Formats: sequence, C-alpha cells, structure tokens
Amino acid sequence: MEKRALFRSRWLPYALIAPQLAVSLAFFFWPAGQTLYWSTLLQDAFAAHPQFVGLDNFKALFADETYFASFRVTAVFSLLVAATGLSISLLLAVFADRVVRGATLYKTLLIWPYAVAPAVAGVLWLFLLSPSIGILTYALRGFGVDWNYYVDGGQALVLVVIAAVWKQISYNFLFFLAGLQSIPPSLVEAAAIDGAGPVKRFWTIVFPLLSPTAFFLLVVNIVYAFFDTFAIIDATTQGGPARATQILVFKVYEDGFKGLDLGGSAAQSAVLMAIVIGLTVVQFRWVERKVKY
Amino acid sequence: MHIKHLTLALGAAGLVATQAHAQTEIQWWHSMAGKLGDKVGEIAQKFNASQTEFKVVPVYKGQYDESMTAAIAAYRSGNPPGILQVFEVGTATMMAAKGAVKPVYQMMAEQHEKFDPKAYLPAVTSYYSDTKGNLLSMPFNSSTQVLYVNKDAFKKAGLDPANPPKTWPEMEKAAAKLKESGAACAYTTGWQSWVQLESFSAWHNVPFATKQNGFGGLDTRLEFNGPVQVKHIQNLGDWAKKGLFTYAGRKDEPLGKFMSGECAMITTSSGSYANIKANAKFEFGVARLPYYADVKGAPQNTIIGGATLWVMTQKDPKIYKGISKFFTFLSSPEIQMDWHESTGYVPITLAAFEATKKSGFYEKNPGFDIAINELSAKAPTANSKGLRLGNFVQIRNVIDEELEAVWGGKKTAKDALNDGVKRGNELLEKFQKANK
Repeated sequence: MEKRALFRSRWLPYALIAPQLAVSLAFFFWPAGQTLYWSTLLQDAFAAHPQFVGLDNFKALFADETYFASFRVTAVFSLLVAATGLSISLLLAVFADRVVRGATLYKTLLIWPYAVAPAVAGVLWLFLLSPSIGILTYALRGFGVDWNYYVDGGQALVLVVIAAVWKQISYNFLFFLAGLQSIPPSLVEAAAIDGAGPVKRFWTIVFPLLSPTAFFLLVVNIVYAFFDTFAIIDATTQGGPARATQILVFKVYEDGFKGLDLGGSAAQSAVLMAIVIGLTVVQFRWVERKVKY
Repeated sequence: MHIKHLTLALGAAGLVATQAHAQTEIQWWHSMAGKLGDKVGEIAQKFNASQTEFKVVPVYKGQYDESMTAAIAAYRSGNPPGILQVFEVGTATMMAAKGAVKPVYQMMAEQHEKFDPKAYLPAVTSYYSDTKGNLLSMPFNSSTQVLYVNKDAFKKAGLDPANPPKTWPEMEKAAAKLKESGAACAYTTGWQSWVQLESFSAWHNVPFATKQNGFGGLDTRLEFNGPVQVKHIQNLGDWAKKGLFTYAGRKDEPLGKFMSGECAMITTSSGSYANIKANAKFEFGVARLPYYADVKGAPQNTIIGGATLWVMTQKDPKIYKGISKFFTFLSSPEIQMDWHESTGYVPITLAAFEATKKSGFYEKNPGFDIAINELSAKAPTANSKGLRLGNFVQIRNVIDEELEAVWGGKKTAKDALNDGVKRGNELLEKFQKANK
C-alpha cells in the first residue's frame, strides 16, 4: 500500500527536500565526482602540472597483479568475516532466545563489543596475539604453535578476521534475536506437537522464516568487511606481511595517502564505488522485497 | 576528495592561528612525538626568547607521511606552513615540487644569512644536495644504522661481550652460539629495507639504483638485485629458516624484542640509543654495522635516515628572513650538542661533533659516536651519497613485501629482489611521467 501526500504549492516540496539535497550534493556527489575526475589525471603530489591521461590509471590498475591479489584477499576476508560472524551470532541468538533466567544480563554482555571502536578492537586483539608480548601467543606456544603473524600471512589473516568478527557479532546477534522473537510461537509449538525435535524445528521452520534477516545481514556484513574494517587492519597488520591482509580499501589509503599516487588511488576508489553500487542494488532488489516490516 | 575537506579545515585553522600576533609567526610542522617533541618545543622556545621579531610555532602533525600529506593539502589550498619536516624518503618528491619549496641555499643567499655548507657533516649534506652540491633542505634529525648487542646474553653464550661480530659471517657464528645457549631469538633487525638493502648497498659500495642512486635524474632505475645484495638476503633467509634470524616487523617493532631481552642482537637506528638505555635491564654494547670482508671497498660509509626541514614557498617574504635566522640558530654548536646528546641523532655540524668530543660525553656513553664514525669513515661515493628516488614510500613498501616473502620461505632472495626491482621500476616510471 502506498501513501501519498499532495502538495499544492509549487515551491514547498522543493524547499523541504533542499537541505537533504544540499547535504547529498556536498558530501556525496561532489566528492564522488572529484574522484572520477581525479582518476583520469596523472599528477605529482603538489599538483604542479596535472596531466589528463584518460583511462591510463585504470589500465595500469588492471594490469597490476597485486591489485588482483588484493581483490582475492578482500574476497577471502569478506567471506570469512561474514560466514564466521553470522554463524556464531546465529548460534548465540538461538541460545539467548531460549535462556529463561538472566536473559537480560546475557544479552547486554553480548551487545557490548559493538560499543568498541574498530581501531580499539584491533589493538585489543593485537595485544592478545602480539608475537612478542601477547598472552595468547604464550598460550599457543604451549600447544606448540609458533605464532608470528609478522611472517605468516595466514596467521595475519586469522588475526584480522577474529578482530573483525568479534566486533560485528553484537550487531548480527541483535538482528537475529529480533528475528527469532518475531517468529510466532504457535508455529513452533504446532511442529512440536507433530513430533518434530528441536533440530528439525530449527531447520524447517525457524531458519526459513529467518532467511530475510540472514540475507540482509549477509549484505551488511560484506559491506562491513569491505569498508569498515579499515581501522582494524591499520591498527594491526597494516596490510602485511607481503600483502596477505591488504584489502582493497587499505590499498586505496596506502597508495593515495602514504604513496601520494592520487590518480591511481582515485581509480581504485572509483572501482570500489562501482562495487558498493552493485551491492546496494542487490540489497534493494532482493532484500527489501522479501523483508516484511 | 578527502584532501579537499582536509584542506578547508586546515585553511580555517591557519587563519585563526595567524591573526593573534603582531610578531611574524612561522609555522613549523613536525613529526617528533613524545620526548623528541618536547625537545623541538624547547628549541623553538629558546629561539623565540632570543629575539622579538619572529615567533616559531612548532605543530605536531602526526607521523612523517601524515604531516607531509597535510602540508601538501595546505599547499594546494594556498596556506602552507613555513617549515616542514620531511623524512629522507620524501626528498625526491619535495625536490620535484618546484614552486612549492624554496631551496635552503637560495633562501640563505637571498636573505644574506651567513651559511657555509662545508660546516655540516658531508654524509648528511650529500643526501640532501642537488648534483651541483647546493643544499636544498636543512638537516635536522639524522641517524644511521648500528648493531646493538646484549652483553649479558653474550656472556651466557660464551662470547666475548667486548668484541661483538664485525662481519656477517661472524654474525652467523655468534647467532648460532646464542641460539645454542637458549636465546629465544638470536638476531633481529629494524627498518629492514633501510638497513639490509639501502644502507647495506652503500656500506659495500654497490649501487642501489642507476644514475648515481637517482641523483643524476628522474630516469633512474633500481638495481638492488646485484650479486652482493642477493647473497646477503639469501643468507638472512637461510638464517631465518635455521632460527638464527627472527623477523619482527617493518619499522621499529623489533626494538621491543631487543629491549625485553628476547633478541640478543639487533641492527637498527642509532637514534634508538636513548630508548634502549632507558628501557633495557641488561648491559648492552654498540658496534658498527657488520659487512662482508670479501666485498671490495667494504666498509665504505653508511647512509643516513631521519628528516630535514624544507622551506615552503611563502607569500610574505618576511617569513624567509625569520626562517633564515632560525636555521642559523638551529645549527649553532650549543643547540646541536644538546640535540645530539639528548636524542642520539648525529650532530649535523662538524663544530658540534668536535665540541661533544671535547666535553668527554663519548667516554661516559661508550658507542655513542659509532654512528658518526660510520657516516664519516670515508668520503661518500656515487653509491653511498644517499638515495634520490621518486615514489620512495611505495618502493619501500614493495621491498618490505618482497623481503617478507623471503623470510616466510615463499621466494628465493634472487626472485624476490628481481620482483622488487621490477615492481619498483614501474613506480619510478610513473613518477618520471608525473614530473616531466
């Protein structure tokens, strides 16, 4: 059902949306336009003489194998973050949903990590897993694991995935819990009367009803892993060792702000912009239609 | 896009800052944190108290790369600081920025300020001069690489603590003994690209890049994949496998492992002396960077790291006057001696070095003068003057990545250095194109 308001005035509707438009133009469209423009320029750091080079920056980007390597790292990282994060939080939400005593305390504690800034989450795990001073490092050594993520790229990836997942569990947990609580108990009870066990009830009734939430969270988590994990990476591995944790956003930052290669960095931003637009389209076309408010 | 926003914010901040005083204010953007930052404030304070016309205002702008990015943004919006501290790897970028910077030799001449480049340490000035020998930026904090050893660990391993290894083969033997004696980590290194390739090449008098390591022009290309470098990196890679060398990070992270007593030897910046002295709970010794005795001409001289002060183009010529006066003040033996003794950076003038020697400071702090001796051991050659490479920050990243692949056993030294040269050269080509 659609709701429509009718405006008789010619200018009022425009005046009402003007502030929102102004904000969008100043903070979204203008910078985005600048990025696209810069991605066609070759310029020195001080912009003494920018040269128009057309699509050269993009050509160089797609001829660069390290860029594809960064794509692979990002894909692996995002999938790991989304998959681990969603499964753990779903498990926690299902348990929390069944807790009878102390439920509020339990839920509150689970939501805490969300209040922690990504950089802090990164530093926290960095201290726990630092090769020289980490407590967990000593524990791992006891199990015969030589933990040194400065050398071992796989371990570095594990470190950033743990930090990123830990930070995001609360968010996922909240949505899953809300989703679980909106499932009518009568459905589950009916199945129980028909003789379905808890596992069967979960997979045949609860999980399908939860799937719109899960799909929404999947998109959100992938976007999170793509962009919001920047601070975690910056605070821990800085993309290393040997680019093992260099995700796309971090490469944009490194090339642009550290390397002062503004054209190449802008071209990478443009590619990222395309990816976000793609993800947003997916979310609107698939998710918004299925989720019932 | 971010730069534009940053620019606006910085511009606004600049306006507020400059309105209040009648004195000519000189903004000095630097990257000296902690105790070093206090020292920078102290120097500015002393200068401001010594006269009334100018006021130097030091502002901490984050790490080297951050303050450089901030200054570029400020320049683009037409409001650059008077003085900007730039690390040595940013030198080529600053040099190429004609119109954005004022060469120091030129400014000093225009302001009729007495200025003799020969009064400065040649190993320092050579890094920051053009091919004609004109000094482009003012040396400030310079350090070089030394070997620190844990004397207690040496005693435990049955090694002579008064006689640390001089060559890399001796290093291997010492590391093996240290490992046998139960040391968790025998040897580590800070700043691997700087120590194990950049200065290593100068120390062995082999080129790091063509065209006199880039001093001769923008068409320079890397060549650190020569036999001497390959042999060394392969050795380190083999030692990593045998547990004689432990990689612990790209920058200063490994220092913690040495200070905690975990690693018995480290090659890193001479600027770490004060830090080690304050934090190490064991007796430590300082020695010269090891070398390969079978390489002809080794040891030559090491190259410096650290930063210099660049003068950025100003609208108000009065500011140049103030900066010239300040630079003269900064180079005075008293200021330099104090800076050298309290930080561990080398004194930038010969006069300050002599004065420190006479004061008996080096007897009380054995090993403190090793850095200067390494730098001034021989007159710098084309291979040991320094490095002048565009996009050097990214090139260092490339080198770090390739070295990490060797330490992790994923590549041989030969492949890694060849790949590093290839990828680095792409960055040099790009820089050449952008700065035609």
